[in-house]
Amino acid sequence: MKKKFVCIICPNGCEIEVEYEGDKIVEIYGNLCDQGMEYVRGELFSPERGLTSLISVRNGVLPLVSVKTSKPIPKDRIFDVMDAIADIEVDAPIKIGDVVLKNILKTGADIMATKNVDRRG
Amino acid sequence: MNERSVDVAVIGGGPAGLSAALSAKKNGVDVLLIERNESLGGILNQCIHEGFGIELFKEALTGPEYMQRFIDEVENLKIPYMLNSMVLSVNDKRLIVCSPQGFLRVKAKSVVLAMGCRERTRGNICVPGDRPAGIYTAGCAQNLINLRNYMVGRKVVILGSGDIGLIMARRLTLEGASVLAVIEILPYSSGLSRNIVQCLEDYNIPLYLSHTVVDIKGERRVESITIAQVDEQWNPIPGTEKRMECDTLLLSVGLIPENELSRQAGIELHPVTAGAVVDEYLQTSVPGIFASGNVLHVHDVVDWVTLESELAGKSAAEYAKGVSFPESKISVIPGDGVRYVLPQRISGEKDVTLSLRVFCPGRDKKIIVKDGGKVVKKILKTRAVPSEMIRLSLKSKDLGGIKELRVEVE
Repeated sequence: MKKKFVCIICPNGCEIEVEYEGDKIVEIYGNLCDQGMEYVRGELFSPERGLTSLISVRNGVLPLVSVKTSKPIPKDRIFDVMDAIADIEVDAPIKIGDVVLKNILKTGADIMATKNVDRRG
Repeated sequence: MNERSVDVAVIGGGPAGLSAALSAKKNGVDVLLIERNESLGGILNQCIHEGFGIELFKEALTGPEYMQRFIDEVENLKIPYMLNSMVLSVNDKRLIVCSPQGFLRVKAKSVVLAMGCRERTRGNICVPGDRPAGIYTAGCAQNLINLRNYMVGRKVVILGSGDIGLIMARRLTLEGASVLAVIEILPYSSGLSRNIVQCLEDYNIPLYLSHTVVDIKGERRVESITIAQVDEQWNPIPGTEKRMECDTLLLSVGLIPENELSRQAGIELHPVTAGAVVDEYLQTSVPGIFASGNVLHVHDVVDWVTLESELAGKSAAEYAKGVSFPESKISVIPGDGVRYVLPQRISGEKDVTLSLRVFCPGRDKKIIVKDGGKVVKKILKTRAVPSEMIRLSLKSKDLGGIKELRVEVE
């Protein structure tokens, strides 16, 4: 199988072409460094993404607090995690780094607040 | 009217203003930071995605995390700031501020302009068609979704592939909307590759290059839009029209530095950057008024806004202390392939970092700084694209006896 990628590790943005069979890279062209190869390997066989989203806040100066996963999660779990956090509510005040949910859907990633939201009034 | 005297007044409490205020304070002067909104941090409040701080902190922070580091420092250094306060006029270094406590006259020894930019609207780009509800600028939609908890639509088309448009394509998809397409008039995207991959390709959102929106239909709410392919002069090609049923159109079609105050203060503006013409101290044509961040030129990475504003804050502090700057006799001019270069004039007596943008995307390009026929500096860029600002530093020892610097792409 052949596939093309634009590497996003650094601003060089190498256009990489890769030939692979099963879970092995057979041939790779266009990458200026080994990080490009690692990027492509990750994208091909176990793509992961950091997820950022929002969670409802009770009694906050804002109705929402922004959150992120503490580490990247498998790409194909993104919508599952979005569903799992959809109905969660937290109480203000909340601070950057507060863990809202531990080990979300057993991905090993926590859902952490990325904003300070003070209590209203 | 109440009056207040201060060494340095900073207009705008976003990333540029925060950094300028901190830097001025650390250089030993009194600072007053004036913010129009109800909180500090500016646009970073609503930029909940990751990718801020990679240059400065070697971490991919979210916007709110990035801004909080600076807000905490402003609080720690007890820099006074006014919220919900809008500067109505700048006359030399005297400001009139409208605040919840009433009008205030601020007499400053120097001023940093850090008002940022705002989005181009439908009116700016003249999209024809009906005028129903459901047409938003991308940043407005981002504000409604990320700060106010309002969803803006269900079936969305995005015009413009700048970073805000790409980020919103992902946000809307995650929030349950269906993003039908991103439409870009240029033959290439104007967003970062990272965002093309992670905001569009990850969610199978098609990107139509060399296309634009030629019609909007809808009585009360958007019902459909029509796109068409464009030729090299951006004219729609008849016969290529394609109708898309949708309820929402987002516009991500560029940013304009917000320079009403600068214009009123009589500051010379540059026709390409739409920001002030500055010297290497980021001083505008009005002595003692400095500018930095998106009000000076639109940036793609906030880290550079922070660094640029550190310089503006330091310069403003020095000016307030009575330090005199050397005359900026050398013009810095964009040559072949360069859209703009900043600062537009330098003294040649100190090291300086130039910021520039190229016209067209290209690979293995040389960026050359020339004095007449003599090459002063040359850097090689594996990849040069208009959406990514290039920074290039020059040493004062290479700048002796120079009259004019020209920056070219080869």
